Amino acid sequence: MATALSLTHLGSLMRGVRSVDQVGADERAASLAKRSIKKSSKLWALDLAVRCMDLTTLEGADTPGKVAAMCAKAVRPKPGDATVPSVAAVCVYPLRIADCVQALRGSAVRIASVATAFPSGQSFTSIKVAETEQAVQAGAHEIDMVIDRGAFLSGDYQRVYDEIVAVKEACGAAHLKVILETGELGNYDAVRRASILAMAAGADFIKTSTGKVQPAATLPVALVMMEAIRDFVRETGRPVGFKAAGGIRTSKQAIAYLVITYETLGADWMTPDRLRLGASTLLNDVLMQIDKERSGAYQSADYFTVD
Amino acid sequence: MDVRKTYKLFVNGEFVRSESGRAYRPDGMVNVPRGSRKDLRDAVRAARTAFPGWAGRTAMNRGQILYRAAEMLDGRAAQFVELLGGGVRARRELERSVETLVWYAGWTDKLPQVTGTVNPVAGPYFNFTIPEPTGVVAIVAPERDALSGLVRRLAPVLCGGNVVVALTAESQPLAALTLAEVLATSDVPAGVVNIISGQRKELLPWLSSHMDINAIDTAGCTTDEIKAIEESAAGNVKRVIKLTKDEMSPYLISAFMEMKTVWHPIGV
Repeated sequence: MATALSLTHLGSLMRGVRSVDQVGADERAASLAKRSIKKSSKLWALDLAVRCMDLTTLEGADTPGKVAAMCAKAVRPKPGDATVPSVAAVCVYPLRIADCVQALRGSAVRIASVATAFPSGQSFTSIKVAETEQAVQAGAHEIDMVIDRGAFLSGDYQRVYDEIVAVKEACGAAHLKVILETGELGNYDAVRRASILAMAAGADFIKTSTGKVQPAATLPVALVMMEAIRDFVRETGRPVGFKAAGGIRTSKQAIAYLVITYETLGADWMTPDRLRLGASTLLNDVLMQIDKERSGAYQSADYFTVD
Repeated sequence: MDVRKTYKLFVNGEFVRSESGRAYRPDGMVNVPRGSRKDLRDAVRAARTAFPGWAGRTAMNRGQILYRAAEMLDGRAAQFVELLGGGVRARRELERSVETLVWYAGWTDKLPQVTGTVNPVAGPYFNFTIPEPTGVVAIVAPERDALSGLVRRLAPVLCGGNVVVALTAESQPLAALTLAEVLATSDVPAGVVNIISGQRKELLPWLSSHMDINAIDTAGCTTDEIKAIEESAAGNVKRVIKLTKDEMSPYLISAFMEMKTVWHPIGV
């Protein structure tokens, strides 16, 4: 799949991407978001949300200490309560990978690193490839790359495609998540095109956003991407994962993404191997909701760790 | 044309129907929203968000806003007197409410002077104690005195810099719900006061077990209700305030304040 497609093939692939019914996508996403998930189903969903979470910190001010604290929380989200599972992965800048390797030794939590001139992606391909190689060497299990939106929007699909292929190759055994930054793509047609392009180039996951641009992840965009995944899988048989990131702060939002995933991609995607929720502040709200369901009392942020 | 008013809850500075869509008729005539636990949850969330801003305002500014509320209430005197049933009694209750707001407006910047202390300690420290607001306060309004009953409990809590989720008197919520219109036009920031009407029996368990409420004023509760509240308030060690006297007092302000003591080294 990931071998170089010639210009004409890529052109026909992109031309073959059908357009998206925007009103229909918005309405379907809105109706799925309204679904009521209560009691034991809610607890199950919250547990899954934790297991699928990429606990993220992508700040210029990230320090080894801050990353170590986040890793501790990733392994044991609720101190003193082993029934709350570990999150799927932590997501950091490349320079912080070493801190994660140290802090997560002996745990099953994976290390994801952003790379390729995150968040803009506007740099030289050789630098992006080198950054990816170094990140993998430093111990990253997963690479979150950004596509060059400038190239994509100007119609230079070949450049975007080649870059993903090159970065995928640099990843080696590491999983590659391709960030489309849908907030900058303009419309759902472009989102669908970018999804197909990324999957054709070898992405293991496609991811909505960096979290640095507004609007970030939205439900209709997730739906469009998941439908692209569904069609791609039908065509090629290769399963591709989905990661929503950016602006997911409440349990309610997280559950809406789970519902939409289930309805679009099915039960096979309800696992951290194929679904991720990237978030920095979501975890505490999920923990509070779990406690609310268990105790029957509304919770307060005062009794949960500051992150 | 006779335009009948739809009474609404007051949550986060907005007038909303109950999310449950329910209503009840306290006097058999007017529909009043019957708030649910989720209205309560939303109100507490709004209050918690508004708390740092309100507590962080200068005492003088809080006083100005409480005084403004008194002005607005006085300006709508006729409406409230009618709501309270008219006559001398209603007029007197309104005046008492206005007076209460003015009285506590004056207390905002005096409370730290009266309840704060400089403590003589045996060491090279400047040691002082100041009152700080406790946070989100739930008020269960008394069943009698539909307006002044609530104002008497509300004003001291706001005065100290706390934020409020108030449950109106179940049997006569109209004046309390209308008070929200006064507060909304008095520069009281959104979320600082939230007013919910509904059934005590249904809402009290959620109120008293809510981990994000720091204190609860049980003015309108029966002895049995207070007992249940105290048991479930133990979950986060809420202050349960049981002062029942209907008089104005700085102790009603300090009942909702935490005393912070600071040890400041000197001469080192």
